[in-house]
Amino acid sequence: MGKIVVKGLGKAYKNYPSRWSRLWDWIIPWGPDRFTLKWVLQDINFSVTPGEALGIIGINGAGKSTLLKMIVGTVSPTTGFVEIGGRVAALLELGIGFHSDFTGRQNAFMAGQLLGMSVPEISQLMPEIEAFAEIGDYIDQPVRVYSSGMQMRLAFSVATARRPDVLIVDEALSVGDAYFQHKSFNRIREFRKLGTTLLIVSHDKSAIQAVCDKAILLNSGKLQMEGKPEDVMDFYNAMLADRENASIKQEHDEGSGLVQTVSGSGEVTISKIALCGADGKDLEVVRVGQKVSLKISATCHMPVNELVVGYLIKDRLGNNIFGTNTYYTNHILESLKPNEIFQFSFDFDANLGPGSYSISVALHERDNHIGKNYEWKDRALIFNVINIGHDEFIGVNWLPPTVKKLI
Amino acid sequence: MAPLISPSMGILKLALTFKLFFMITKGIWTYRSFILGSVKREFQSKYRNSLLGGIWTVLNPLAMILVYTVVFAQVMRTKLPGMDATFSYSIYLCAGTFAWGLFAEITNRTQNVFIDNANLLKKLTFPRLCLPVIIVLNAGVNFFIVFSLFTMFLVISGNFPGWPYLAIFPLLAILILFAIGLGVLLGVLNVFFRDVGQFFGIFLQFWFWLTPIVYPANIIPEKIRSLMWVNPMLPLVEGFQVIFVQGQWPNWSSLWFVTLLAILFCALALRLFRKNSADMVDEL
Repeated sequence: MGKIVVKGLGKAYKNYPSRWSRLWDWIIPWGPDRFTLKWVLQDINFSVTPGEALGIIGINGAGKSTLLKMIVGTVSPTTGFVEIGGRVAALLELGIGFHSDFTGRQNAFMAGQLLGMSVPEISQLMPEIEAFAEIGDYIDQPVRVYSSGMQMRLAFSVATARRPDVLIVDEALSVGDAYFQHKSFNRIREFRKLGTTLLIVSHDKSAIQAVCDKAILLNSGKLQMEGKPEDVMDFYNAMLADRENASIKQEHDEGSGLVQTVSGSGEVTISKIALCGADGKDLEVVRVGQKVSLKISATCHMPVNELVVGYLIKDRLGNNIFGTNTYYTNHILESLKPNEIFQFSFDFDANLGPGSYSISVALHERDNHIGKNYEWKDRALIFNVINIGHDEFIGVNWLPPTVKKLI
Repeated sequence: MAPLISPSMGILKLALTFKLFFMITKGIWTYRSFILGSVKREFQSKYRNSLLGGIWTVLNPLAMILVYTVVFAQVMRTKLPGMDATFSYSIYLCAGTFAWGLFAEITNRTQNVFIDNANLLKKLTFPRLCLPVIIVLNAGVNFFIVFSLFTMFLVISGNFPGWPYLAIFPLLAILILFAIGLGVLLGVLNVFFRDVGQFFGIFLQFWFWLTPIVYPANIIPEKIRSLMWVNPMLPLVEGFQVIFVQGQWPNWSSLWFVTLLAILFCALALRLFRKNSADMVDEL
């Protein structure tokens, strides 16, 4: 139950040069093919064990939705096969088949019936659906007076009223307010604890990293990468910046078991990164609240109009802790010539909680690395924070309170 | 060595066909709740925002029967040749149009069923043949309402045909089988060639007027009459007319051709549907 095996999966659409050639194809089925195949997905192999959560990442048009549709079974594959065990619930598009003239309750019944449930079953689940959707009296109002968020709440509540063996989510959760997003994510987590296999497509990094054990990256119809969510996400970010003649490199560090992603077009490269204390010596262990300075040196190889240096501190799980760049601090370098060397130092107090952190560094144009990315180094530097001399606390931030007893 | 088709192969094929049929029926049975719900909802949605609601389901066909009887029998005094009864033409007209109406509703809606439900087909997995079943049931309910009113009218006006009335059930079974086979066949084709739907709309009009429904069969010129057997709807419509106008049993032997055609269409439709159901979603 809940196991998914995808083997050699591929999908091609038939492309006929004209409508008539399709007709000929039907009338005279033998003879040469009159269509060309347009492959949107090719040679996809992966498997998900029961209870595992898999994130699917990729730019628009990479074939994510087609892959999901084939796993769900609405689109049939051209090559290969999908094996899926148990009851599958798919949130491909919430509110599909909702009829605007009927009430929320009636639509809930209809949606449940479309999922193969019987009327008594739905009646039994109805109180729970109502409670989870939290749309109050609107449940007995026609759906046409609903806001899109309310429709989504109801649709999600119906689709997840019964725990499925496999849950497939396609970016559907991005609708709805923060409150409901939290609530729906909680429900997904609960399902996972009970053994539901999860397949999720999202562009939201934190969503993927928070719930997934594994991620795959699709790029123009092919499986580009499979691995830990953080690594795949890093590669994806680098890929976003890529586009033109840039290279992406991932180095596997045997010692720490971490994967470092380096990408960029290479006009300017990072030559040295160091985290120093007040005395100028390199640090590997930082005390909570210690004054540190991050020194980044870079060399210019080709003329560059504009250069911005940025860094991003991430925690052990890959969550962003703090990041900024010289665009925001107004230290943009202009008209750099080849062989020019420069160094920036970023001084700050390490008001971080105990734990391991990484620093990613980027050299790019404008305020982000999406446009022109000269070099992007993920996990360029790793450091540990320990708590010496402060009261014990948890979390990634050090926000020391002044405590007063008032009464 | 010449290839041989052994009898065991034939049995295997037959067994596979039965298994397929069983699987489809099972799939539809699991979704019976969805089917019944859809039928109910379609009725509700039609009269949802009206004050009289469900009454319209009865008022509409009632008006039709009234027009046919009052206008043709009382005002225009239309008579069927050789029949003296006041209502004979009205009954003739009702029997024919109601039978035709059921056929036209099923085929017309089934040929668009996959296009109309493209969104559902693309996003959800469910037995796709549920959709034509919903149409048949819907058309069946519509027909039931009209026909009950018609039957009531017959009883009140003293024109009830008696025992031959029972013959409508086998006639209906053949008609529905024929309509659904043809409908699904066209429905699948229509996904790939949208001209099919346009063409059939026109074709259906010609077909209606080439079938003796509004006019009696004996006004057709002798020369053409020998060609009328190609019209599979003729024996069905005629069957209804014979039952209600003459109060006699239909000519059973005239029905074998349409029955055979209905089975053939259904088999062909199922084959075409299974072969192309994968490509169909890509095309929608």
